[in-house]
Amino acid sequence: METLTRSELLFDVDSIREEFPILKRMVKGKPLVYLDNAATTQKPLAVIDGLTRYYSEYNANIHRGIHSLAEEATAAFEASRDAVKEFIGAAHREEIIFTRGATEAINLVAYTWARKFVGAGDEILVSGMEHHSNIVPWQIIAEEKGAKVIPIPVLEDGTLDMEAFQRLLTEKTKLVAIVHASNSLGTINPVKYIVEQAHVIGAKVLVDGSQSAVHLPIDVQDIDCDFFVFSGHKVYGPTGSGALYGKKALLEAMPVFHGGGEMIKEVSFDRTTYNELPYKYEAGTPNIADTVALKFALDFVNGIGKEKIHQYEQGLLAYATDALEQIKGLRIIGKAPEKTSVISFVVEGVHPQDLGILLDNKGIAVRTGHHCTQPLMDRFGIPGTTRASFALYTTYAEIDALVAGLERSIKTLL
Amino acid sequence: MTARPSIEELEEEIVENFSLFDSWDEKYEYIIDLGKKLPALEDEHKKDDNKVRGCQSTVWLVAAYKDGLVEFKADSDAVIVKGLISMLIQVLSGHTPDEIIQAKLGFIDRIGMTTHLAQTRSNGLAAMVKQMKNFALAFKLQNESAKH
Ligand SMILES: Cc1ncc(COP(=O)(O)O)c(C=O)c1O
Repeated sequence: METLTRSELLFDVDSIREEFPILKRMVKGKPLVYLDNAATTQKPLAVIDGLTRYYSEYNANIHRGIHSLAEEATAAFEASRDAVKEFIGAAHREEIIFTRGATEAINLVAYTWARKFVGAGDEILVSGMEHHSNIVPWQIIAEEKGAKVIPIPVLEDGTLDMEAFQRLLTEKTKLVAIVHASNSLGTINPVKYIVEQAHVIGAKVLVDGSQSAVHLPIDVQDIDCDFFVFSGHKVYGPTGSGALYGKKALLEAMPVFHGGGEMIKEVSFDRTTYNELPYKYEAGTPNIADTVALKFALDFVNGIGKEKIHQYEQGLLAYATDALEQIKGLRIIGKAPEKTSVISFVVEGVHPQDLGILLDNKGIAVRTGHHCTQPLMDRFGIPGTTRASFALYTTYAEIDALVAGLERSIKTLL
Repeated sequence: MTARPSIEELEEEIVENFSLFDSWDEKYEYIIDLGKKLPALEDEHKKDDNKVRGCQSTVWLVAAYKDGLVEFKADSDAVIVKGLISMLIQVLSGHTPDEIIQAKLGFIDRIGMTTHLAQTRSNGLAAMVKQMKNFALAFKLQNESAKH
């Protein structure tokens, strides 16, 4: 209880909640308890109002017009690039490519870098806890190239089998594509070590930061990964925003992806030349508004401070883990020593879908199912889990509501 | 044969039962109870061929055709879904293929199921209804080709 009080005092959750209008909503006649933050986070007023302000005051196409609105919109868009650069600790602003989200960023690397640098007989290491979006793009390219996608096994506690990783990492390995924090288990993977080992044999590393960017301080230079991806909507930002980080030399060596406006230097029917980074990979009119507002989300997070958020969420995680473990028949899937504030669990004799429906009836939003990690569910021999995931606005009272809701639901179901 | 209630009459019974409940808690308790009471499907029927696609949970559905009437049996690993199937069976089982094909099944909407269950789950319900109607259609076609 000591740590609980201390972490609650870290910042004023009540005033933070005031920034998120949706949290005042009623669902099925009860106050919303939103515990599906790993799927997407809610948006603060800074983002909601920021979007309105963009469209009301300075909407224009960017990088083209010389009129004032175009200049303002371009400046805001590029300011967002600087914000992302700072947020993940990149060395250069042109290493930040805006995408629709993590999925598009991974596909960009698959269709450009992997298509050029992965060949027949090569291997791409992923982990057994990857989201489908960090498996399928590699399978598509591997099939095209005659390469193989090999999973690093996951141990019973939800950590990676690092011995197997060492064994699987060979001179055939061209890429290691690994999730920083698992969306299903919460496991934080030792990405810095993985990068170090992969670089020894000359393999590149892509880190899927979809679940880490919101919870952990990120320093891509310290991790030394070659690529890093994340989605804006999981960091309190708008859907349809996100970024790919790539080391400059790599991005320069990669072939272009989508062709179109903005990504070219000169076009003629004899020879077309391409624009420099980052525009080379940003063909067409991008998602300007949402990308502009992504900065407001990152500013919001920075305003509170990643360290504080992390500490607060770790308090929630410990409290919830303790409370859930008291529930008879409940088993937490994923007990890694280092976790983000995500708890997946199964209850003996109870289907996750039934729990999800009954909890929803009490206004409690959790995620049930395989969480887009089917191989991981197969690994644990379960069809899916119930997952509660916390954010900086989650309260201890909401965790109490979850526990009470679960107890009642389980009683009804058994 | 005289006392065979129509699909509409059976639907009406369910709607009346539901009208007794004040809250969704009670409705779910009732559905869960139906699910628990629906006899489990024999293991031999729990194979991939009998699975209904489109549900987060696994649903197995089998149908038999006897004396011009279709009989359904089903099971699920999730009890609320099983309760929903139980209602569908209650309404549709023991009817002719034509009756089943033409059934409007307005009761699902009238008891509030379509709006209360999230889209993904009511899609599961829709998949079950479709599968049951497909069975009825298959029996009807079988019937007609046997006559010729
Ligand atoms: C670990 C992980 N990777 C990738 C993704 C895909 O993100 P998006 O759908 O925003 O592109 C998700 C989102 O669920 C995720 O949790």
